[in-house]
Amino acid sequence: MNVSTVVTGLGIAAPNGLGLEEYWSATLAGRSGIGPVSRFDASSYPARLAGEIDGFVAEDHLPGRLLPQTDRMTQLALVAAGWALDDAGVVPGDLPEYDMGVITASHSGGFEFGQNELRALWSKGGKYVSAYQSFAWFYAVNSGQISIRNGMRGPSGVVVSDQAGGLDALAQARRQIRKGTPLIVSGAVDASICPWGWVAQLASDRLSHGDVPERAYLPFDDSAAGHVAGEGGALLVLEEESHARARDARRIYGRIAGHAATFDPPRDSGRAPAVQTVIDQALADAAVTAEEVDVVFADAAGLPGLDRVEAEAISKVFGPRGVPVTAPKTMTGRLYSGSAPLDVATACLSIRDAVIPPTVHTSPSGRYDIDLVTGAPREATVRYALVIARGYGGFNSAVVVGAPHG
Amino acid sequence: MPEQTVFTVDALKQILRDGAGADESAALDGDILDTSFDALGYESLALLETASRIERAYDISLDEEAFGEAVTPRALIDLVNSHLPVEQSA
Repeated sequence: MNVSTVVTGLGIAAPNGLGLEEYWSATLAGRSGIGPVSRFDASSYPARLAGEIDGFVAEDHLPGRLLPQTDRMTQLALVAAGWALDDAGVVPGDLPEYDMGVITASHSGGFEFGQNELRALWSKGGKYVSAYQSFAWFYAVNSGQISIRNGMRGPSGVVVSDQAGGLDALAQARRQIRKGTPLIVSGAVDASICPWGWVAQLASDRLSHGDVPERAYLPFDDSAAGHVAGEGGALLVLEEESHARARDARRIYGRIAGHAATFDPPRDSGRAPAVQTVIDQALADAAVTAEEVDVVFADAAGLPGLDRVEAEAISKVFGPRGVPVTAPKTMTGRLYSGSAPLDVATACLSIRDAVIPPTVHTSPSGRYDIDLVTGAPREATVRYALVIARGYGGFNSAVVVGAPHG
Repeated sequence: MPEQTVFTVDALKQILRDGAGADESAALDGDILDTSFDALGYESLALLETASRIERAYDISLDEEAFGEAVTPRALIDLVNSHLPVEQSA
């Protein structure tokens, strides 16, 4: 197959940096965006830390007509999509509307919007529920609003597979590009730091109960005891390579070279989780050997059992300490569907600047045979990066990001 | 919103702003009385939200069909006022 899917634009909204360069400089400096929850009073909840995006004022970025009909995650997604298109030098109005699609992932939809409307329903009555609740909470709403705002009428949709969905969306975008749509905006932004969203996340029993931001989310550490939840993510402009070259795209960051998705067997089956399989299959899809991969962006669950499965899969495929592994999400918290697209964007920047950002706060456990990049960034030529994402309920996904050709 | 017996264009503008937002694509400044809601930038869902807010604020019930036929602010204002009790002069 000669169709190559390349990344030509990045739009980033992360707790440690709003906008591409702010995020990248914070990430290389090891600056974390994790702190006490400020969006609601979380003092009585078991989890009290979050990766929140500070200083985002939707009114500064979006027309007033969109504000009453959008959840915070959609507002962030619309702005990030706009940044990605600007970064790619794409003016949607200049391209045929059916040549552009939007495929995002979502973990939980617009929780905060939904919470406010449900509160209106039970405290005041059905007449007080916003008409916009009909779509503002919905999983597909980010895709829909990005599509409407930018006049993109090509293939669009949403993938829901928790953290893995962020990669599965990019894979679905690549499928549509192979079928003939030259440009797809893809990725994910999740944001549900509100009481209802918090309770839903607590149900996974995976959230850290710590109060010290530097000690709360420690993947691959002997003290790992859960993750900190964050908000944000990234949207990417994915393009068929010849389309990008024909319009003299400013930059090709990299290629979506390979992807695979697997599903874990039931926990009581006695069979191993399918993480090694997903890595093997993504490498095979990219026609890349383990030796050619220069960095792995780990899922980094931050729970001993999940960390062990991932670390063992990595050291089986790449050999003991055979490849640098990093988890910049230690600076943002886990962003659910937003994390993996952010990791793919970060991998693109690693390729661009020949540097691997660090994992912060973690002291790697001696139990895991992985070369975790901690403390400071590590200079390295990156030709291929592997991004792993695992979703609650057994979803595994992996993407190989390749350096641009020539 | 305090109960009023006359529904004015300013009250309508406020409800549109609160419920559906306003910006350059949906301008509420100036004389909008005879400009269609469509031209003002308010589509069916925005009008559904607007109807619901009017019903709440004035404790009335608007007939769906009649509401659908009120395609300009003037027509909607007349429709709402026809549901309000006649003001008693002092």
